[in-house]
Amino acid sequence: MTTGIVSYGAYIPLWRLSRDAIAAAWGARSLGGERSVANNDEDTITMGVEAAVDCLSGYDRQVVDGLYFASTTSPYKEKECSTLIAAAVDLRPDIMTADFGNSLRAGTAAMRAALDAVNAGSARSILVVASDCRIGYPGSDYEQNFGDAAAAVLISNAAKPRAYVEGSYSISDELYDVWRLDKDTYVQSWEDRFITQHGYTDSMYKAISGLMGKLSLSPDGISGAILYAPTARAQQALARRLGLGSNTQLQDLLISNVGICGCAHALLMLADALGEARPGEKILLASYGNGAEAFLLRVGEEIDKVRGGGRGVKGFLNSKKVLPSYVRYLSYRGLLEPEPGAPLRLFPSATASWRERNWAIRMHGSKCRNCGTIHFPIERVCFNCNSKDNYEEVRLSDRKAEVFTYTLDNLAGRVDDPTIAQITLDFELGRARTYLVMTDYQPEDVSIGMQVEMTFRRMYESRGMYHYFWKCRPIR
Amino acid sequence: MGNIKDRVAIVGMGCSRFGERWDAGLDDLIIEAAYEAFEDAGVGGKDIQAAWFGMTVAPYIGDSCTHLAEALKLHGIPMTRVEDWCITGHEALRNAWFAVACGMYDRVLVLGVEKLKDTGFGGLGAGRGMSPVLEARRTAPGMFGMIATRYFHAYGLSREEGKRALAKIAVKNHYNGSMCPKAHFRNRISLEQVLNAPIVAWPLGLFDCCGNSDGSAAAIIVPVGQAGSYRDNPVYIKGIGQAHDALLPSNRPGFDWLHFESLINSASQAYEQAGISNPREQIDIAEVHDCFTSTELLLYERLCFSPEGKAKEDIDSGFFELGGGLPVNTDGGLKCFGHPIGASGLRMTYEVYKQLQGKAELPERQLKDVSLGLAQTFGGPPQVAAVVVLGKELGYPGTKSGDKNASL
Repeated sequence: MTTGIVSYGAYIPLWRLSRDAIAAAWGARSLGGERSVANNDEDTITMGVEAAVDCLSGYDRQVVDGLYFASTTSPYKEKECSTLIAAAVDLRPDIMTADFGNSLRAGTAAMRAALDAVNAGSARSILVVASDCRIGYPGSDYEQNFGDAAAAVLISNAAKPRAYVEGSYSISDELYDVWRLDKDTYVQSWEDRFITQHGYTDSMYKAISGLMGKLSLSPDGISGAILYAPTARAQQALARRLGLGSNTQLQDLLISNVGICGCAHALLMLADALGEARPGEKILLASYGNGAEAFLLRVGEEIDKVRGGGRGVKGFLNSKKVLPSYVRYLSYRGLLEPEPGAPLRLFPSATASWRERNWAIRMHGSKCRNCGTIHFPIERVCFNCNSKDNYEEVRLSDRKAEVFTYTLDNLAGRVDDPTIAQITLDFELGRARTYLVMTDYQPEDVSIGMQVEMTFRRMYESRGMYHYFWKCRPIR
Repeated sequence: MGNIKDRVAIVGMGCSRFGERWDAGLDDLIIEAAYEAFEDAGVGGKDIQAAWFGMTVAPYIGDSCTHLAEALKLHGIPMTRVEDWCITGHEALRNAWFAVACGMYDRVLVLGVEKLKDTGFGGLGAGRGMSPVLEARRTAPGMFGMIATRYFHAYGLSREEGKRALAKIAVKNHYNGSMCPKAHFRNRISLEQVLNAPIVAWPLGLFDCCGNSDGSAAAIIVPVGQAGSYRDNPVYIKGIGQAHDALLPSNRPGFDWLHFESLINSASQAYEQAGISNPREQIDIAEVHDCFTSTELLLYERLCFSPEGKAKEDIDSGFFELGGGLPVNTDGGLKCFGHPIGASGLRMTYEVYKQLQGKAELPERQLKDVSLGLAQTFGGPPQVAAVVVLGKELGYPGTKSGDKNASL
């Protein structure tokens, strides 16, 4: 079968911050609309897990042969993130993993590498996950302009693609437009007029016109254009220069409601576009970052096939809550240091985490082969029938659950996360019982009997490591 | 199973002043309780043949009986460190009780202590349990708050009704504690104060949570046949039950968060040993584990003081108040007397011991006609419970079986 994009997924955090609120804090000009903000227990790994799960909804996770992760804001400089995402998504261990970084093009670079690997026969299915959470200087336009999100595509030749990749073209261009040093928190940039003209517009034009020349394609033959851009103005200027007319649907940049999400942005727009694409459409996808990369996609008949519960861009866009203040955003990104509160008393251990990875990261429970009781975490001796080591592991991360009892705990909280909803819940699968913390909620949401779903989150930093686990949240 | 009812007597007890004892270290607290117990029993440290020592909290985990031995200069005798969450004091007593009952030792010191106020923060902190990720934010009020939420739901109490029932328990315990010179909190409070207090872990507010205190309590126990040589009013151990649940309540499939087997079984063990068939009628004083008001509410039912789901009626009628049918937490309980974890079981035992002897510090809080008392602890996530039954008369109450050796 032909290699192509078999599935796609997205993730946009629940929380949005009004740009007016940012502008008001600085007495600055508002760019209007709102941006997405990752919660204080989210990072590019956890957002990547969400997008991966969204992408694989309705697919057998066992068939995935590789996971490529792209981010310019990976939580680790040294330590692979794709392995952690693959484990949280519960992929097989015998897969290829790689992290891509440093460039705003890293997302599409990872997709190209996945296409090449599948075409070369190294793998049949590779999941590409791009996730970014870039930080602009407080008070800068970038702070308003950026958003946090993740996107994923499943590249495979094992099933009929939703979109075929007809061709691609790349440009490499060495210049300083936006960058961060190894020690930088904030994105630095050169003068806007220079980087838009000689960086963005020139590179994108060369890559796209190069692709059109290679495929003997005229602008009239393009039904949709997914053009990554740093601003809506730059996107429109590029479309004009390319001669894209009214026959070509210019894909929404998601600037007014999400913001520009780094190396995830092109794939996020792609996921949005495929959510509404029609069979036979030819769609241009182009991304930018020290050069540019253009792909021509042809939408397949499979696009209309009903999938599982993947939410896609629209699903996550419509599920939102407004962050109460700009200060909360600063705190979530670690840009101001809130009062630490009493220390957490349990100290993580790399060895213990390694032993516990099947339940703590893969969220496996144990299902007793004798009586069917499901435990989470994994229990070697069954609580119900005392059978020893007679269980199979079952994945609970993709199961919904119901709140059995709860408390809204102010003692466990911190200044920027004052109330911890502690939840005892029953999974829909076998009424497996466990305790989790709830996230992405407001206290008035919580009640006995409410439905929740699982979400992979960063619990805290300790002993020089970030520690991840599962929380529950109201269903988005 | 056997029964060692009335085989062991308590002949001396001591209890330090509880509270924020900035002035006192662990050793000071140990000395304060131990020397009161020594004086009460008429013995000295050199008379002690063996000791059981209860203490649970970091940074003192893992240092054995060192603090006890060094504070009291106990030389060359067997000592055992006990650590069992909030039932630690009772668990130390239970094991010492076995050692005396079997005839191995004649004079045993049981001492529980905790120094909580050297941490720099209020409460016990977040992150309780075994898994640093799963339980990173687990707290004591959080877990007992989940009991309250479920209790309200199960018995159809509205948030307001539930909060009021809990608040009345806090008001009662503050009233009782106000008359105890050694208690951490001695202020009386109103129902409105409790209801309007800041929420710690919904539905538990500030006054629903016990004191986080420093303190120590101690007992000297001897074989019943020797008790008369120490004093004419020894207190007899009628029975001690203890049980541990198999899993955290939050991980037990199908568990209702109300019928903890640790509670049910520890109570039935102790009642059977003591020969109690009707706890509500037969027990004259009860010190129960009111770490949170929701715990005391649940305990009224699990200890069979109130019918299931009906504790609110007994709260409303004042049944558990000082002048009521079964006074509970006459010294203010954990709520007001305070909760230095390892000491609490023995502090409760101390109150029952003093009440049975008619020696409450102030006459206005001395109960009339008390001959049978109960002290009860419940600890962990929660997962473990103990019940101690004490009496001032040998043979009482009449038992069904098992105490034929009581006079040995």
